[in-house]
Amino acid sequence: MASKGLRILVPVKRVIDYQIKPRVNKTKTAIETTGVKFSINPFDDIAVEEAIRIKEKKKAPVESIHAISIGPAKSQDILRNCLAKGADTSTLVDAGNKELEPLAVAKVLKKVVEKQRSNLVILGKQAIDDDSNNTGQMLAGLLNWPQATNAAKVEFVGDRVKVTREVDGGEEIVSAPLPLVISTDLRLNQPRYVGLQNLMKAKKKPMEKLKLKDFTDEDLKPRLKVVQVTEPEPRPPGIKVNSVDELVQHLKDAKII
Amino acid sequence: MVFTMLRTIYSKVPTTAFASQSCKFASTLAFIESTKEGKIVPSSLNALTAARELGNPIHAIMLGSQASAAASALKSSVKCEQLDKILVSNADAFDNYLPEIVAPLLAQILKSDEYTHFVTAANAIGKNTLPRLGALLDNQPINDITKIVDAKTFVRPIYAGNAIATVECSQSKKLISVRPSAFDSITQGSTESAAVEEVKVAEPKPQIDIKWEGENLVKSERPDLGSASIVVSGGRALKDKETFDKLLIPLADVLHAGIGATRAAVDNGFCDNSMQIGQTGKVVAPDLYLAIGISGAIQHLAGMKDSKVIVAINNDPEAPIFKVADYGLEGDINEVVPELTQKLKEAQN
Repeated sequence: MASKGLRILVPVKRVIDYQIKPRVNKTKTAIETTGVKFSINPFDDIAVEEAIRIKEKKKAPVESIHAISIGPAKSQDILRNCLAKGADTSTLVDAGNKELEPLAVAKVLKKVVEKQRSNLVILGKQAIDDDSNNTGQMLAGLLNWPQATNAAKVEFVGDRVKVTREVDGGEEIVSAPLPLVISTDLRLNQPRYVGLQNLMKAKKKPMEKLKLKDFTDEDLKPRLKVVQVTEPEPRPPGIKVNSVDELVQHLKDAKII
Repeated sequence: MVFTMLRTIYSKVPTTAFASQSCKFASTLAFIESTKEGKIVPSSLNALTAARELGNPIHAIMLGSQASAAASALKSSVKCEQLDKILVSNADAFDNYLPEIVAPLLAQILKSDEYTHFVTAANAIGKNTLPRLGALLDNQPINDITKIVDAKTFVRPIYAGNAIATVECSQSKKLISVRPSAFDSITQGSTESAAVEEVKVAEPKPQIDIKWEGENLVKSERPDLGSASIVVSGGRALKDKETFDKLLIPLADVLHAGIGATRAAVDNGFCDNSMQIGQTGKVVAPDLYLAIGISGAIQHLAGMKDSKVIVAINNDPEAPIFKVADYGLEGDINEVVPELTQKLKEAQN
């Protein structure tokens, strides 16, 4: 790593804000999106933060941080935010209203990695809308790069990157040289807020605008068909009890204890 | 019941379960994990139940230095008539299930026309491996399914479980990860008829420089969170680690329960990350879930709202957790929880 700097790519997704309770639309085909607040996917925010911290704290020499989003034109709002936080350049791939599957996203990202000559991709472990947890692993597979998912800690040791991963039952540590794909878990860092001044400055930073049809040599057709989207079964209403005795009695009656 | 029906239909048409597929024998490859000691990982048995519901003959694949021992353990401890064959590879290289090593092997096996379905548990290893495998096969997997409608239609929660999507897959291979809490563990018994066969692969040398450096697992005598029938869980209101331990451990001991937590409890250092329940942590569906000092944010509910019975103890009458709780008790957890622990102990004697 001594000879070359990091060219970090940070893919970010615009999703319905995590604090909002999503509603199924009337035709039961998707989630209602009109008049709903959208934000950057929280895990992607952590990815952006990590890229900036690597640069700021000089954990490794960083040549560039490039943010990319594939989605509706409005995704440029979250890209501006990334630029305001410290990304150098950005790309918006306008996909219109088309919701791409992770495999298609990974294919587009692969092209961008090649174009940007990225050697480190940091992205969120999952998007909180489709909850797939796929894109990072798929991108690593397509590129034939190593992957370190669910990262809780990223360290640069010699010419390797050491990543502590959150796994069932605790954590494990893997290490790999660059190039590498890292996906972020919640505890990797605490993302910063962005000030108005930086947001204004970010308007001058580069944003390349592409269309999905710029990637026609890839098969981006959906592989899965969403037949319907429904609300989960509501739970039958519960009861309030007034004492521990009453609670214990109910649990006994229900033969739970 | 639909599944039983499907199984009956399939058993009558042994050549091919799905008319649209050209392959002669439709079968399912089930990824069964085992520990370095040769023990079968419990969530894999939930995945095996899902594989059984597909109705196809099942080949299990088991990897790692103790794969053969684990295969014997599987045969002698699990009753699964459809389990025809267990493919094993005893290579040490597979021990830590690094996806860079496992996914290419699985891709090689799945290229055969023999398999129409691949099933793994949606646990840390499954989630790490399956998408990479999907990329190698140019296939979009169906993740974290909670229900099988038919051989190509599956149900999975999206938006932190606030919506349920029914998804149809027309790809020739269906790569599926199974939410363990949504499927029962496969029944006890034995399947001695399953043949164990060594996988014929080239030396599994990693093509990619990735090194497993070590792990730091939380040692616990408690039942595994994912499979515990009772879970006692604490949130921000526990205030600190001392209170968390003081209130929850005795209660969990009395109930032989697993202990879980909210993100707030984990972030404030009350307990380990691996105990987090929710959209980004573990998803549990025990018989009884006791939410102690938990407000009930969307992200937490995503991990526990399919529990059979939910009990909430909280001093805030407006806490959203009361909306999903079957039994809610308003009160100071510092008083109520020790009293509950004491009375449960008495109730058992």
